Amino acid sequence: MNDTPMGDAGLQSVPALLHRNATTFANAPAYREKEFGIWQSWTWAQTHEQIEALALGLLDLGVAPGDHIAVIGRNRPYLYWSMMAAQMCGAVPVPLYQDAVAEEMAYVLDHCGARFVIAGDQEQVDKVVEVQDRLPMFEQMIYLDPRGLRKYDHGKLHQYSHVQDAGRAKRDELRAELKRRSDALNYDSTCVMLYTSGTTGKPKGVVLSNRNVIETSKSSSEFDGLRQTDDILAYLPMAWVGDFIFSVGQALWTGFCTNCPESPDTMHVDLREIGPTYYFAPPRVFENQLTQVMIRMEDAGRLKQWMFHYFMAHARKVGPAILDGENVGAMDRLKYAMGELMIYGPLKNTLGFSRVRVGYTAGEAIGPEIFDFYRSLGINLKQLYGQTEATVFITAQPDGQVRSDTVGVQCPGVELKIAENGEVFYRSPGVFVEYYKNAESTADTKDAEGWVATGDAGFIEEDTGHLRIIDRAKDVGQMASGALFAPKYVENKLKFFPNILEAVVFGNGRDECTAFINIDLTAVGNWAERNNIGYGSYQELAQHPQVLATVKAHVEEVNASVAQDEMLSSCQVHRFVVLHKQLDADDGELTRTLKVRRRIIEEKFGDIIAALYDGSSEVSTTTEVTYEDGRKGAISATLQVQSATVTPVAQKMAAE
Amino acid sequence: MLDQTDGYVTADGRKIGGVVMEMKNITLRFGGVEAIKDISFDIREGEIRAIIGPNGAGKSSMLNVISGFYVPQEGQVFYKGAPRPPMKPFEVARQGIARTFQNIALFEGMSVLDNVMTGRLTAMKTGLFSQAIWKGKAEAEETENREVAEKIIDFLEIQAIRKTPVSRLPYGLKKRVELARALAAEPSLLLLDEPMAGMNVEEKEDMSRFILDVNDEFGTTIALIEHDMGVVMDLSDRVVVMDYGKKIGDGSPDEVRGNQAVIDAYLGVAHD
Repeated sequence: MNDTPMGDAGLQSVPALLHRNATTFANAPAYREKEFGIWQSWTWAQTHEQIEALALGLLDLGVAPGDHIAVIGRNRPYLYWSMMAAQMCGAVPVPLYQDAVAEEMAYVLDHCGARFVIAGDQEQVDKVVEVQDRLPMFEQMIYLDPRGLRKYDHGKLHQYSHVQDAGRAKRDELRAELKRRSDALNYDSTCVMLYTSGTTGKPKGVVLSNRNVIETSKSSSEFDGLRQTDDILAYLPMAWVGDFIFSVGQALWTGFCTNCPESPDTMHVDLREIGPTYYFAPPRVFENQLTQVMIRMEDAGRLKQWMFHYFMAHARKVGPAILDGENVGAMDRLKYAMGELMIYGPLKNTLGFSRVRVGYTAGEAIGPEIFDFYRSLGINLKQLYGQTEATVFITAQPDGQVRSDTVGVQCPGVELKIAENGEVFYRSPGVFVEYYKNAESTADTKDAEGWVATGDAGFIEEDTGHLRIIDRAKDVGQMASGALFAPKYVENKLKFFPNILEAVVFGNGRDECTAFINIDLTAVGNWAERNNIGYGSYQELAQHPQVLATVKAHVEEVNASVAQDEMLSSCQVHRFVVLHKQLDADDGELTRTLKVRRRIIEEKFGDIIAALYDGSSEVSTTTEVTYEDGRKGAISATLQVQSATVTPVAQKMAAE
Repeated sequence: MLDQTDGYVTADGRKIGGVVMEMKNITLRFGGVEAIKDISFDIREGEIRAIIGPNGAGKSSMLNVISGFYVPQEGQVFYKGAPRPPMKPFEVARQGIARTFQNIALFEGMSVLDNVMTGRLTAMKTGLFSQAIWKGKAEAEETENREVAEKIIDFLEIQAIRKTPVSRLPYGLKKRVELARALAAEPSLLLLDEPMAGMNVEEKEDMSRFILDVNDEFGTTIALIEHDMGVVMDLSDRVVVMDYGKKIGDGSPDEVRGNQAVIDAYLGVAHD
């Protein structure tokens, strides 16, 4: 093992870091996965052996330096190892979203010219087999779970463990070549290629170098004081840059343990069992959990309900202050300690957050109430702002300076500037190398001095230095009156209501703003059950008069709040429809990371938008839907166009 | 007597072995009612063999004869080449036969895991007393059997409900748990009584996939009764068709589909 002695300076690639961990933290757990009801675990030394065996096997299969190896599947240690084994061979791993349909996969696999694919199970193998005729570069596929694959033609197909066995058998023969290839890696070699979900157009392959990944992992780990003994739960898509940085980059840098759930359905149980110390989730996950807690509390006994509400009120008052280390009176502290004993502690335990030391949310704005709920329980939840092109980190909130309306200060090594039109630019060691085979887009995004356009509009608060994001820069527009139009700002306010899952606001270049609303089936369904309201389908529930009335009240409340903001008061929603279907990534309406794709929605639902502006009171429409297996169907519905009261704007302008 | 050597190769390339079980001129009466009239057929190793027929055709009675629960008045059942004497249910289980029921017969108050573990009963050697104090051998034995149970839970993708009491599960999942319990006995012959009854299309598709996977992964011989013709035709290698206690067809799904007697039985032509 000691054949490549190196100091800290030599840690310029993933294999080098892996080698260091296998030596320094040899017997510490590196990966865990719950399988067959038990947490199976691998130490760093065992992990190194597994990865090396696979890498040797890949060499045996003919992997060449610079090859792209696609990795498709849910979070499993074996697939993380696949990525590192690819790197050892000098190849570039390309993780793909496992819930993408075959068509989407075909584009990415063809674009990166993957010669090899490592797939999790039969489902993924089937998708690749389906499109393989369109992939001239594709040669071999390795699969992890052999189930159901026995009868497949094994001409191009290999079982993961067999590839490892072949690698082990030829260890003596191939080891020198493997060492030569890993030693050739340096800070400038490509570490990974990640496809952006692409809110507009086709996905782009973001090339990240070892410098990007390792420098970012190093500085962000130091920023939050991550430790070798930390635990994380890896459950977010492997194709997402965040998961790569948390589960590979930071895990390798600090040597902490990455835990993989048993199956997507058991995530909450597994979260509780592991009790991660470092945790990341998009706002949606926190929202869902809070909704669940609230629904379950309504079913609880009267005493428990009273205790919950009593102590939560106290927690909201002093919890965040205690977390930030501010001065809080002794009585309040005592009461908080009692609450911790009776409510907060057990609740955190149920949620799996008992041990969380650093928690992050990002990707979308989080509702202030949701954010404060977790902070008041004593969970150190913070926000960060990042992008694939920045290797995640642009800004983050330091401990003690956490607020729900900012995304924090610039991370170590990051420089920020705001352009004239309000767009945020950054420069950092994490700035990506290029978009693969797309020099034009690279030049559009990154200038010669290394400044990258985020595509987001925002400003830096003068007194605190915190960055605030308003909206996507390209979505910020003007109303017919010339007033500023920032749809996301209004949508976020709408989405903070538990009953509203998704909202899309229109109004660019028009006189008035209108909106599409998606109800949250969990919250609204529960409400219906409680009030004895029968419904046969999502569509029916969405158009129920009482649901429409509730949504209308929410919209009007948002209008009142939007009216307070001088710049954006024209963005109040005049009319809205509650949509008959959930916006879905399978239908192309959302990205795989669940962000709204405005242009596609505008095209697809053009008839409904027209009805919102031509004074109709209802609109009949038919929408094509794609099922999970790729088949298509259609649903039709008649939607009520609802008007909402608009709050008059205080005429400050006239006074000036 | 029995043809143990000849096998055949299925359309998808699986090799089917010799005869595992043979029914010879079975007649079963309940008082004056003849539920099964002089039926003969065989089940071969590794195949998926279906018994179909309209309501009241005698399918469930046939499955109960196969499982040894009913002893026919006439005819003989041969299992692995030898005539099978009347047996008690646990003796049948020890012979490597497991089944599921048309009306789910799980222990409602117990968790999914505990239900699956009951399927391991025949594999447990230690006595009641040592299991109660859970020491030494009994402990090791439980660990060993738990491993088997967990592999099956993983296989049938019911990890998320491992600790859930069965009574709280929806119908489709209960059916899957029942299959899990039957598989836990590691049977060489698995009998499924209407595995898809009362399921929606999606649940039927899932169950079909599991049945095929069981056959493929463990090489288990499967005999099943099913109502849904579409499912049977997709799943089975050979099909026996019954009507009013008689066998009216036997062969590959295609042969059976073209059989006039079968078409008549399903379309309701008058019987004399």
